[in-house]
Amino acid sequence: MVLSLKANKGDWVNVYNVVFTPDERAPQVPEDTKKVPLEMWVRGFLTHDANLNDEVEVKTLTGRLVTGKMVEIAPAYPHTFGKHVPEIMEIGKQLRSILFGGDC
Amino acid sequence: MSRDMSYEAVMGRRNEIMKKAVGIDYSTFESGSIAFDYERMMKETGYTLEEMQKIQGDTGVGNTPIFELKNLTTLARKVAPEGKGARIFIKDEAGNPSGSFKARRAANAVYHAKKLGYKGVIAATSGNYGAAVASQAAIHGLKCIIVQECYDSKGVGQPEIVEKARKCEAFGAEVVQLTVGPELFYTFLQLLEETEYFNASLYTPFGIAGVETLGYELAIQMRERVGKDPDVVVCTNAGGGNLTGTARGLQKAGAENTEVVGASVSLTGLHMASDGQFNKKSFTTGHTGFGIPFATWPDRSDVPRSAARPLRYMDRYLTVTQGEVFYMTEALAQIEGLERGPAGNTSLAVAFTIAQQLDEDKIIVVQETEYTGAGKHIQPQLSFARDNGIEIKFGNPRDEVPGENIIFPEHPSMIEAQELDLNKVRKSLVKNALKNFNTTAPSADDIAFLAEDIKAEEAFVKEAIKDLTK
Repeated sequence: MVLSLKANKGDWVNVYNVVFTPDERAPQVPEDTKKVPLEMWVRGFLTHDANLNDEVEVKTLTGRLVTGKMVEIAPAYPHTFGKHVPEIMEIGKQLRSILFGGDC
Repeated sequence: MSRDMSYEAVMGRRNEIMKKAVGIDYSTFESGSIAFDYERMMKETGYTLEEMQKIQGDTGVGNTPIFELKNLTTLARKVAPEGKGARIFIKDEAGNPSGSFKARRAANAVYHAKKLGYKGVIAATSGNYGAAVASQAAIHGLKCIIVQECYDSKGVGQPEIVEKARKCEAFGAEVVQLTVGPELFYTFLQLLEETEYFNASLYTPFGIAGVETLGYELAIQMRERVGKDPDVVVCTNAGGGNLTGTARGLQKAGAENTEVVGASVSLTGLHMASDGQFNKKSFTTGHTGFGIPFATWPDRSDVPRSAARPLRYMDRYLTVTQGEVFYMTEALAQIEGLERGPAGNTSLAVAFTIAQQLDEDKIIVVQETEYTGAGKHIQPQLSFARDNGIEIKFGNPRDEVPGENIIFPEHPSMIEAQELDLNKVRKSLVKNALKNFNTTAPSADDIAFLAEDIKAEEAFVKEAIKDLTK
């Protein structure tokens, strides 16, 4: 599937901003975190036509107007039940055998 | 004129922003030093138990069932010494509208926001509380923003948190997602200032008091069921509100002799604000990374005085490993037919250990479960761990090193929650109090307050101060 690079006014998109660059980060931040920016993503409805990676304006679900770089058009939820983890299968087998006997 | 939005400037406006956003003037409960009037704060700014039951009942929250885990009890008896193996019960809080006990906290906070005329609510949380606030905001017709710490610098999100974002949006909330770092609080303050919404903090008196109904209900249900109060109630402990509210509810029900036990997943060695370690952990809450800092200094929260003060009520504090909790989560599904989210089963793993220490006629209640689903389930969380280089294997849970491996016990007899030295934890709170108020000579009122705050005698506090100021 080819992802669209253009979005129209009203489309649901994800916008990106850098809140703090590495040198602006708070003093108490650990060293590895200090090396990277504090980044932010907010989703909303596009208020104008735009191309992917453009600076855009969106209206969020609470009605806030947020500007930022449009990094995703029609963002979906990527999470799943993950890959098979064979070790998990062993737990039930063992417990049933202890409780109910047999070689289940 | 535009306001200064630098980190320092916004943090500097913290108290002013918070006062406006929670509607509580905390200064009226302050003594000027360590002590403050906790009970008066809870009374004047909270709700009575009856009011809370009504508020929660009106939105479908509470009155969740309690199940007896008979097969798990049998299992505990098989591995326990002769005559030991208390009966284990679980309160199925996943039955709340948002899928966890957090609905109780959110119900009160959002009701209160609406009563005070706020147009919306904001909460800073990556956990079940976000979904709970979003659900309640949907019921009350308020706007809602949830601020999450979700991704590492490579843009990889914890599956459990990504799922929570989905659930919040499912309830119509706006979700603001950030990479790792304590400056989340900056963004949170900025949003409060911009929107003038209510801060549905986890740590206000209304939020904490919302959990009192859980402890109260639990005591009444067990009296009806087994004719007596539970001997032990185990609460998963992170920010401290779950344990605090539950214990207060038990007290309100008159369950004076019930032992209240805190349970956390041990994440020793992992830094909570580290970008590199963010996706090396498989628990995003209920762990020692929150449990210990919040127990030993409750006022690190997002309000000046936290209503969640777990050491006031805690009788024991035990930790379990990630592998032990995942194992128990799978056991709950495999031998009890209850598929629930892993984080809520932290207290179940601890209960399994305590059951083996108590006689067979004793009663243990695990006071929560949470919903499960894509991302928020043993399978995706372990699969994610493996993808992040975490070794998953069977072995001795005592060999688990957070961030390196997850060890399933080779046999259920190897599940053994570890007792923390509660006196050491109590001393840490005294130490933090002296440090935060920059004093070595607290007043008599401060000492009396500290004794209550850690459930100890004044002599214990004095001794701790003597040791600390030597």
